[in-house]
Amino acid sequence: MIHLSNIEKVYRTETIETLALNNISLSIEKGEFLSIMGPSGSGKSTLLNIMGLLDEPTKGRIRLDQEEIDDFSDKKLSRFRNQKIGFIFQSYHLINDLPVLDNVELPLLYRNVSAGERRRLASAALEKVGLSNRMKHYPSQLSGGQKQRVAIARAIVGKPEIILADEPTGNLDSAMGNEIMEILENLNRTDHTTIVMVTHDENMARRTHRLVRLFDGSLVSSNTFVN
Amino acid sequence: MLTNYLKITLAVMKRRKMFTFITLFGISMTLSILIVLTAFYEHIFSGNYPEVNRDRCLYATLLEEQNTKEGGMRRGPMSLYYINNYIKTLKTPEKTAFSTVPNTINIYGNGKKLRLFFKYTDPVFWEITRFEFLEGKAYTQKDVDNNEQVVIINTDTRDDYFGKGVSAVGKTMEINGQSLKVIGVIRGCPITRLVVAADLYIPYHLQKRASEEVKEYNGGYTAIVMAKTPADLPKIQQEYAEVVPRIPLLTYGGFTPDRLNAGLSTYFDSIVRDMFFGSGDGSARARFYLFVTIFALLFMSLPAINLVNINISRILERASEIGIRKAFGASAQKLVTQFVIENIILTIFGGLLAILISAVFIWWFNSSHLIPYADLAINWTVVAVALTLSLIFGLMSGVYPAWRMSRLPAVEALRG
Ligand SMILES: Nc1ncnc2c1ncn2[C@@H]1O[C@H](COP(=O)(O)OP(=O)(O)OP(=O)(O)O)[C@@H](O)[C@H]1O
Ligand SMILES: [Mg+2]
Repeated sequence: MIHLSNIEKVYRTETIETLALNNISLSIEKGEFLSIMGPSGSGKSTLLNIMGLLDEPTKGRIRLDQEEIDDFSDKKLSRFRNQKIGFIFQSYHLINDLPVLDNVELPLLYRNVSAGERRRLASAALEKVGLSNRMKHYPSQLSGGQKQRVAIARAIVGKPEIILADEPTGNLDSAMGNEIMEILENLNRTDHTTIVMVTHDENMARRTHRLVRLFDGSLVSSNTFVN
Repeated sequence: MLTNYLKITLAVMKRRKMFTFITLFGISMTLSILIVLTAFYEHIFSGNYPEVNRDRCLYATLLEEQNTKEGGMRRGPMSLYYINNYIKTLKTPEKTAFSTVPNTINIYGNGKKLRLFFKYTDPVFWEITRFEFLEGKAYTQKDVDNNEQVVIINTDTRDDYFGKGVSAVGKTMEINGQSLKVIGVIRGCPITRLVVAADLYIPYHLQKRASEEVKEYNGGYTAIVMAKTPADLPKIQQEYAEVVPRIPLLTYGGFTPDRLNAGLSTYFDSIVRDMFFGSGDGSARARFYLFVTIFALLFMSLPAINLVNINISRILERASEIGIRKAFGASAQKLVTQFVIENIILTIFGGLLAILISAVFIWWFNSSHLIPYADLAINWTVVAVALTLSLIFGLMSGVYPAWRMSRLPAVEALRG
């Protein structure tokens, strides 16, 4: 589903160059649930952003769902992000000016989905994450865990084949983290959604199919779990 | 999709009250000031009631007798002698009317003292102007020939002198020691119609000092020369320009002018010349336009810069929103469209607000009697032009930063 070969990412500022990713090759199969661990600053978010076409690698090739991504036009990239990928960000990234329901509708807004259908699908997604009673709230009126669940609802509302989750449980207590993990596991089991999840929590990682570790921008190990 | 943009815009406006307020305030204040200023401008310069023929009229309001060697100048309106001999004799015009510049007079009526403007005019005055007669009619050449003791008054004067709405025609008024019979009541016009406005109009033959007899060029009269069509105006000016140098110069006591300056100007030129600058129609007009242009540019540039500024910061502030939208599939083109539509909606709101504000102001001004009979009106052409301009500013200031932002990789926009 996701094939990275020899990915390198260099951040250049006026004074220093940071090698954030160093020659990463990684293949993720359709329906796989992969977790990524590594110390802070090791390049996990960078890697996830490149997989999600939010950032361009300095070197290397990406193949997503049999399609080679190079020189994609803005239009084509945005269609790809819209239809194939659902993002869950480390810091939620909700639009504060819009109520919860409109936030969740966002991916559908850029597809040809009627307003009524958008409403219906977004409500269903919110129900799935247990937030149907908060649809008219604004993000600022929600707790961290509730915001994260809105972000999950938004990521799953369009039924993407890939979900990229950057520390979805990082800001939550263990009970809430567990709930969110269950939602992801369910998606993976029932819809066969491919999931890539960055986490700092060894226990969460053990619940996925495979764990890769990053250190200083390089892939250092890979464990496969039998769940 | 459009209703969606609309919804997003309203949501953003509602959530960002400060931004919304500043933007709307900026747009609507600028536009309403512009609308009100043009209303005043038109009030003064356009052919409004009762000077509906202004576009085919020329005005003789100023005559200069000058001694170029020793200095010294007599400058002002003209004598009847001059008008009769050198203006009424022109061949190209259709009609020529004359009237004195307005003078004030105190008369006593209805138990109070009234301070009024009066004018002496000829009968043609009523043919060139189109005053609306609510009662009675204008005096004619026959009235002048028969030495009729008559007066025409405006409604305010009638209301003050005879009582509100009371019929006045046939009644007499004591004016300047003369007993004059009211033969007409007109709907008045604001004092800004400088050449024709007054409260009382008296046929010129009743002027005590028969100024026709006095052989002087300067005097108390101005003339309006009406052409058959506006196209004839230059021909009349040409004919007059040929007449003026041949007019024999007069001597007044110790003052011996060696030069006579006189011209026929459009209303606009004569006002601009009299109000703003010295003589010379062409250069006065050029200076006036320069003045107006600089003023308008300065005046408009501040809110324009402000608008551009607000737009840019409004968009920069929403970098993370742009990043989020990109991450979930918004193309650069859709993002730009969204911001453009937001700008258009804001500008239209501001424009509607401006129309409302200026309409209320103009209504208040017209009914306030600050200028009696004021008839300011909104010029819809100006509204349209101003709205279009602010839309263009809104677009330019909105599209560019939105386009720049939408080009950024999503991660960078997300970082904010
Ligand atoms: N825009 C940027 N400019 C320069 N350097 C950057 C930029 N973004 C990331 N980096 C650097 O790249 C490296 C990897 O960053 P990244 O955010 O991927 O780490 P991470 O593994 O997600 O860390 P954390 O666990 O703290 O989220 C870090 O050294 C970081 O300083
Ligand atoms: Mg990170």
